[in-house]
Amino acid sequence: MNHRKQILLHAALALGGLLMLFPFIWMMLASFKGVHQMINEPLAWLPGPWRPQNYPDVLGEVALGRAYWNSMYIAAVTVAATLFTGAMAAYAFARIPFRGSGPLFGLLLATQMVPAQVTIVPLYIMLARFQLIDSHLALILPAVANPFAVFLLRQFIRAVPVELEDAARIDGAGRWTIFWRIILPNIRPGLWTLGIIVFLASWNSYFFPLVFLNTPDLFTVPLLLDSFSSQRGGVDYGLTAALSAMTVVPMLIAFLVGQRKILNSMASSGLGGR
Amino acid sequence: MSVVTEAPDRRRSRPAPGAPARSVPEPLWRRRDRRWALVFLAPQMLGLLVFLVGPLGFAIVLSFMKWDGLGDATWVGLDNFRAQLTDPYFGRAVWNTVKIGLITVPGGLVVALLLALALHGVRGRTAYRVIYFLPVVTSSVAVSVIWQMILGSGTDGILNGTVHDLFGITLPNWLEDPTWVVPAIAAVTVWSSLGLNVVIFLAGLATIPTSLLEAAKIDGAGPWQTLRSVILPMLSPTVFFTVVVSVISSFQAFDLIYVLVNPDHNEGAQTIVYKVYQQGFREFHFGLSSAAALILLLLTLIVTAVQFKAQKRFVHYES
Repeated sequence: MNHRKQILLHAALALGGLLMLFPFIWMMLASFKGVHQMINEPLAWLPGPWRPQNYPDVLGEVALGRAYWNSMYIAAVTVAATLFTGAMAAYAFARIPFRGSGPLFGLLLATQMVPAQVTIVPLYIMLARFQLIDSHLALILPAVANPFAVFLLRQFIRAVPVELEDAARIDGAGRWTIFWRIILPNIRPGLWTLGIIVFLASWNSYFFPLVFLNTPDLFTVPLLLDSFSSQRGGVDYGLTAALSAMTVVPMLIAFLVGQRKILNSMASSGLGGR
Repeated sequence: MSVVTEAPDRRRSRPAPGAPARSVPEPLWRRRDRRWALVFLAPQMLGLLVFLVGPLGFAIVLSFMKWDGLGDATWVGLDNFRAQLTDPYFGRAVWNTVKIGLITVPGGLVVALLLALALHGVRGRTAYRVIYFLPVVTSSVAVSVIWQMILGSGTDGILNGTVHDLFGITLPNWLEDPTWVVPAIAAVTVWSSLGLNVVIFLAGLATIPTSLLEAAKIDGAGPWQTLRSVILPMLSPTVFFTVVVSVISSFQAFDLIYVLVNPDHNEGAQTIVYKVYQQGFREFHFGLSSAAALILLLLTLIVTAVQFKAQKRFVHYES
């Protein structure tokens, strides 16, 4: 490619990049605007007087720390439980011959097609019977049952050389020891991939918390942001923008730190049936 | 758990009636192995049974019933499905669902493919990859809240107001106008999922052997011909996979639409999933809601089946 073409290409890509960044930049600017400026000059791009007071103000109105803790531990428990039970099932499908293994795995793949919306009403009725509505368990338990997790980890386990397992068996290792000492350490990239996907899904989840949670103290971060913006968004978007910034920026920093791992994970999961 | 794991095991080791008795006894490790399979499978399989397969069956039963969750449930046969299919509001919701898919899937994938082709082999592509990916890690609620502020309130809104001031053009009221709300939703959806598709396409492009591209060059193929006869066929499994996933996720989209637009006040933004939510958790018509959800499942299955049929013609797998 010649020099001029390279420059044109970079200009186009940078312009596209700016378009991608624009909403984030605008959010940051808006988070420093006061009500006064919004009424008098609604179209100003830069904050008139910069108003950092929005941040403490909104923190005084909502329990963001609480929501962060809720989201964080729900995601952590969901990830740990999904990785562990998912790897167990994946190991059985990949390496332990048993009758009905093929059809059962086919059935498992088929359940992936069922949209979450199909099961949400029955789930709600069921969880209400167990007195689990308006509790975090209602978000964690259904999320752990994850056919995609079994499918993805099975792909990774199949790539582990059988010879490793045979050698361990000769040394007297049982199935559990092999799973714990040989399989899990050898599928670390797979566990990372799945962990990141499950974490993001849990962290960003909105539909299930919306239906299952009522008590504001139990709210997750997206639910808190939504309830605040639907009450106050039209009135004072400086506060809403400050709250969005505080929910978004920590995740963006985490992403920038781990971007190589996250991007590669997404790419490899996208290729699925590889 | 032990009851569940052992019961089928015993049944399996019994010979089927009429089958010849086994002459060689099964080795002990094999029998133990079967037990291990059940132990390893139990947590996920139980979870799937309780939280996925059971509720699916329950949803099918519910779709034939009239029930508000409190009183008695009554069997109404196909009434719920009939009610949905003759309700113009539901018809509108189906059409909106399909329309969103028809814009976001091809639009999003073509843009992502062009971007991936541009980024492939360009210096400093990591920076672009990171920037384009930012919206993917951002929660859809935050994305919707930000875009709501940008697109909202007519010429007072920041986007419409600025365009009006600069060029004197009055843009439509994106989130309130029923005809413009679908394109607005589609645009935000494409923006927010673009990075994921770009990353997947880049990974696909990386697997194409450079020898193939060099061979095409030696044979005198131009960039367009290389794209058509080398890159696209090699990339077709990736493209197929992303098409299937994009269609399914566009049919199930809820968060972004619900927070961005509030379909309660705008019919143009009501989709099947919104109907499931509204009829189930606002009006407590569990039967109607389940019927709507099953219609969504059916639509998903039909479209996916069609795609798998089309796959035979368009997707190239290396043998």
